[in-house]
Amino acid sequence: MERFLAAIGGFVIRRFEEFGTIVLLYRDTLREVARRPRFGAILAQMSHLGVDSLLIVSLTLMFTGVVFTLQTADILIRFGAQGTIGGIISIAIGRELGPVLVGVVCAGRVGAAITAEVSTMKVTEQIDALRVMAVNPVNYLIVPRMIACMLVVPLLTVFGDVIGVFGGWLIAVYYSGISSFTYMNSIHTFVEVFDLTGGIIKAVFFGNVIAVLGCYYGLKSPEGAAGVGKATTRTVVASIIVIFILNALLTFILY
Amino acid sequence: MIKLIDVTKSFGDREALHPLTLTINDGETLAIIGGSGSGKSTLLRLLIGLIRPTSGEIWIGDTEISQISEAELDRVRLHMGMVFQYSALFDSMTVGDNVAFGLREHTRKPEAEIKQIVREKLHLVGLDDVENMMPNELSGGMKKRVSLARAIAFEPEIILYDEPSSGLDPIMSEKIDELIIHTQRALGVTSVVVTHDMASACRIADRIAMIYEGELIAVDTVEKFKQLKDPRVQAFFHTLRTVKEDAV
Repeated sequence: MERFLAAIGGFVIRRFEEFGTIVLLYRDTLREVARRPRFGAILAQMSHLGVDSLLIVSLTLMFTGVVFTLQTADILIRFGAQGTIGGIISIAIGRELGPVLVGVVCAGRVGAAITAEVSTMKVTEQIDALRVMAVNPVNYLIVPRMIACMLVVPLLTVFGDVIGVFGGWLIAVYYSGISSFTYMNSIHTFVEVFDLTGGIIKAVFFGNVIAVLGCYYGLKSPEGAAGVGKATTRTVVASIIVIFILNALLTFILY
Repeated sequence: MIKLIDVTKSFGDREALHPLTLTINDGETLAIIGGSGSGKSTLLRLLIGLIRPTSGEIWIGDTEISQISEAELDRVRLHMGMVFQYSALFDSMTVGDNVAFGLREHTRKPEAEIKQIVREKLHLVGLDDVENMMPNELSGGMKKRVSLARAIAFEPEIILYDEPSSGLDPIMSEKIDELIIHTQRALGVTSVVVTHDMASACRIADRIAMIYEGELIAVDTVEKFKQLKDPRVQAFFHTLRTVKEDAV
């Protein structure tokens, strides 16, 4: 029993330590953003992390829009509410599905890539080389990735929102027999600007979480190839959990 | 001058370095030898502030670095260069960008001048026309040379070498030793070379220090070091003699 309690206590203490370290990393990162933002590196990271994610974001949101419409169109038509389909899909995608799914996709695609890159740099002493050359690794590695993710994830969310609503339109018009005018008119009637901007605000936070956790687990990765693999998995799992918790919190605050 | 006064380093309960006092004079080459896990790389990492000592003082010139902030330490590091055991070249950059990295980060020199310096430093280490190659296209020996070119690009006063001949064949190892001697003579730098290769230590060093299980057991000139009767020192020389006899 004593051993069991000690194990639980040890687990809780480790999580608190981890949380504290991440908070300190945030503090250092914000300090370094103010000192030297490295605009060139931010653009390079945006191109590297963002453009590469376009295809997977498109596929994810396209099929989400398709399935969402397939599931709802029949019921809404049955109740004579076909004039609400476009609005319902747009609000669901703009407020929740867009930012959360793009966040989850980016956690897997971008967060994992950041961790793999940073942890490989750590294992091969490249981070030590940065420090030896009087270059702050937080400034050089984390700041550009964090700002890039905070810009790229919202942009991908807007792009994903459009693709998702387009997927819904395809099914509504060509499968469920709703006219294109009805679908578009429903969007104009029900959707407000904040349905989109609220989702974008969420995406900014998700981008921040993905980048900082990606870098954190990269910097803390155990030595060796297995360590890189473990660190990558931890980033994806932790980012997805934090995204879901943060999404609930932000939904509560924003709407 | 580099001075270590009663420096210790512990990792958890394990004391990797026992109280160690050592002075490294300006312009000399000191080889630190010892077996694997003896604490010699720990000592090197302490010297450049990659890790902090558990106790004691480390003086680099007039600055005591064991307690200063990372930003202050960066100012000291601008006068130091390091060649890593596995080169630690930035694999996403070309060779030229690797060598130019410190110059681009810390100076406002025009790009043409930086490129000229890069060519000069690469030429100094015996590499020409490799600026546009990627690190993964280079052999182990070439990577070590690029790493040295990167370390000297900023014209440091102190160069630290971590196992420079590790992973290289004996011929390339000897070439790297010649390069260390040549660099020391050409630039007049203070060099600290961590190695487990006694032959290499004898070739390049003015003095040799030996660390055994975290303890500094001997420091002396190469000739005097060879005369030491300590069995732990003699055991190292024995391996050197065995290698030479095998070669004959």
